Amino acid sequence: MTSRKTERILNLTICLLVSGRYLPKSQIREAVEGYHELSDAAFERTFERDKDELRALGVPIEVGSFDPLFDDEPGYRIKPSEFELPSVELSADEAAVVGVAARVWQHASVAESTRSALAKLRAAGVEPDTSQLAALEPSVQAREEAFEPLWTAVLDRVRVSFTYRRGEKRTLEPWGMTASKGRWYVIGWDTDRKATRMFKLTRILDKPRRVSKVGAYQVPEDLDLRALARSLAPKEPHRTALIAVRGAKGPTLRRRGQLAEGVGEIPLPAGFETFTVPFSDLRTLAEEVVRYGADVVVLDPPELRDRVLTMLTAVAVTVDELRDRSRERVQDNVDLGGGRASA
Amino acid sequence: MMTSRAQVRRLLSLVPYLREHDGAPLTEVAAAFGISPVTLRADLDVLWMCGMPGLTPGDLIDIDMDAVDGEGVIHLSNADYLPRPLRLSADEALALVLALRTLRGIAGPGKRAAIDSALAKLEAVAGSQAHSEQAAVLVQGARDDIQARVTDALQQGKRLDLTYDVATRAETTRRQVDPLRVFVLDGYGYLDAWCYLAGGLRTFRLDRIAAVEVTEIDVAEHAVELRDLSGGWFDTLTDAPLVTLELDPQAAWIAEYYPTEQVTGRPDGGLVVTLRVTHPLWLEGMLLRLGGHARVLSPEGAGDSAAQVAREAIEQYAALGL
Repeated sequence: MTSRKTERILNLTICLLVSGRYLPKSQIREAVEGYHELSDAAFERTFERDKDELRALGVPIEVGSFDPLFDDEPGYRIKPSEFELPSVELSADEAAVVGVAARVWQHASVAESTRSALAKLRAAGVEPDTSQLAALEPSVQAREEAFEPLWTAVLDRVRVSFTYRRGEKRTLEPWGMTASKGRWYVIGWDTDRKATRMFKLTRILDKPRRVSKVGAYQVPEDLDLRALARSLAPKEPHRTALIAVRGAKGPTLRRRGQLAEGVGEIPLPAGFETFTVPFSDLRTLAEEVVRYGADVVVLDPPELRDRVLTMLTAVAVTVDELRDRSRERVQDNVDLGGGRASA
Repeated sequence: MMTSRAQVRRLLSLVPYLREHDGAPLTEVAAAFGISPVTLRADLDVLWMCGMPGLTPGDLIDIDMDAVDGEGVIHLSNADYLPRPLRLSADEALALVLALRTLRGIAGPGKRAAIDSALAKLEAVAGSQAHSEQAAVLVQGARDDIQARVTDALQQGKRLDLTYDVATRAETTRRQVDPLRVFVLDGYGYLDAWCYLAGGLRTFRLDRIAAVEVTEIDVAEHAVELRDLSGGWFDTLTDAPLVTLELDPQAAWIAEYYPTEQVTGRPDGGLVVTLRVTHPLWLEGMLLRLGGHARVLSPEGAGDSAAQVAREAIEQYAALGL
């Protein structure tokens, strides 16, 4: 069944490609063998579906008048110049990197897109030899369930609606998608809020539904996704902290910081060195410092030190708290048992 | 439906490819198209039935099936109307451009020039189909000079002298390694290498390499099997012990960032999550970083070291009068 369909669509392609002029439906029906045994209604349906299939593959089918004197019936054709991949000359190095790129996607349907792109390039004479680059394995993952519907919506410029975070319904004209630290985001025009918005795919709770026709909106000409993605990154540092670090410990702090000389009213334990460390967000720096425990001492600013001490105290008591809780639970059970016995 | 579409797409490339590679072995063609020889053989059966309208024997694409099934080579003729493959479609162009940009994130400067010129040429042939600004992938790699040295050593087969910040131990180490592979997973670049300090295969995150020198020493042969990356990190975690954490709402984000085995909501918006922990020091660091907003429910005692570290730090601040 599948191979019959492939056969029919391929014959249709060849038929429209070689005709050189607009062919009316009746002639197409006669020329393509796969349409012969179909009833009128079945032919209409099948022909429409086949055209959709070809357009989905990027085959440019033109609709026009096959005869300038009788323009009552539309005709169809494929212009070879529009159909064919323009000539592409890649150097050995360029071909090799393209060959490696074809293995990058770890998402089944996008991987299929790169595979078929490479097949076209090979058919156009590109011969990638990737043996030199065997030790490079870049990969792109897309595990979020919302990825595929959004990816195709971006390509088709189709409006989508989905449920976000705590159950809000959102409608979006997706302009593009970006991955940062392995998480995918979709950026576009939120038609309910009338604003540019970015959504994290892991927080989309259902499968986005297509709610418009193909090509329903325009993507802004000056769209700069990479700039938008950069705005996700931490802000540039604008404050400094004074932090003492023991020996080879706290590498991220020493690496970013600068050795500070002669700050010592406070007698530090042996083996500590003091650094000035630039930072932008106090909370983020506190999380980093807490992780190093007694190997790092915050000297300044005091509010950073306070925050670190608060966090350390909270961690120190968690264990006691849990122990108390399980003791209470044991206690509860004993009381309960006693109660039953007396009843 | 989808398989038929993929097959049409493939056949439209297969015809011009076979015209250019007359007599190519079946196995070679299958490899070039990333399909099995069985699939290719089925493709040829379909192609054989296609051709010019009319479909008299003279109109059909001609394939020498005796040669296919005998010598295993393909001779195709009578398909002059398909001299070129179909132009790139929007999904192909975008997927390939994004893949090249990802590769760029771990390539040395030499290869980057080739990537940039390949990108320019592909965008030119894709024409209006290429909306390459519609997707972006950020890769966290190493500093340029470090990246250049790592890829150089990899290509020349030289041992590296590596200064590396170990995240779990929170300290800097120096070691000799034989580079085996550079890869990108979930937005970060990594180096797989044989580590002489650890006496085994180790994975290093590129952005944590503080310094690197290429030595004169040739890399040795190592009987190691590099992990298959198609399953992501999940596959590497299967043997790690399970830990169950109680998370306040402020700490609930970790369920999104790390692979979890089980997640249950709590009435206050917090979570109870079970995840695999490869290294006790990772857990210790995470508990400290979450500042009391995460508590270990099981196994008992798994959170004790974090509390101990916190107490020592508090005592030290007290001793310093801070």
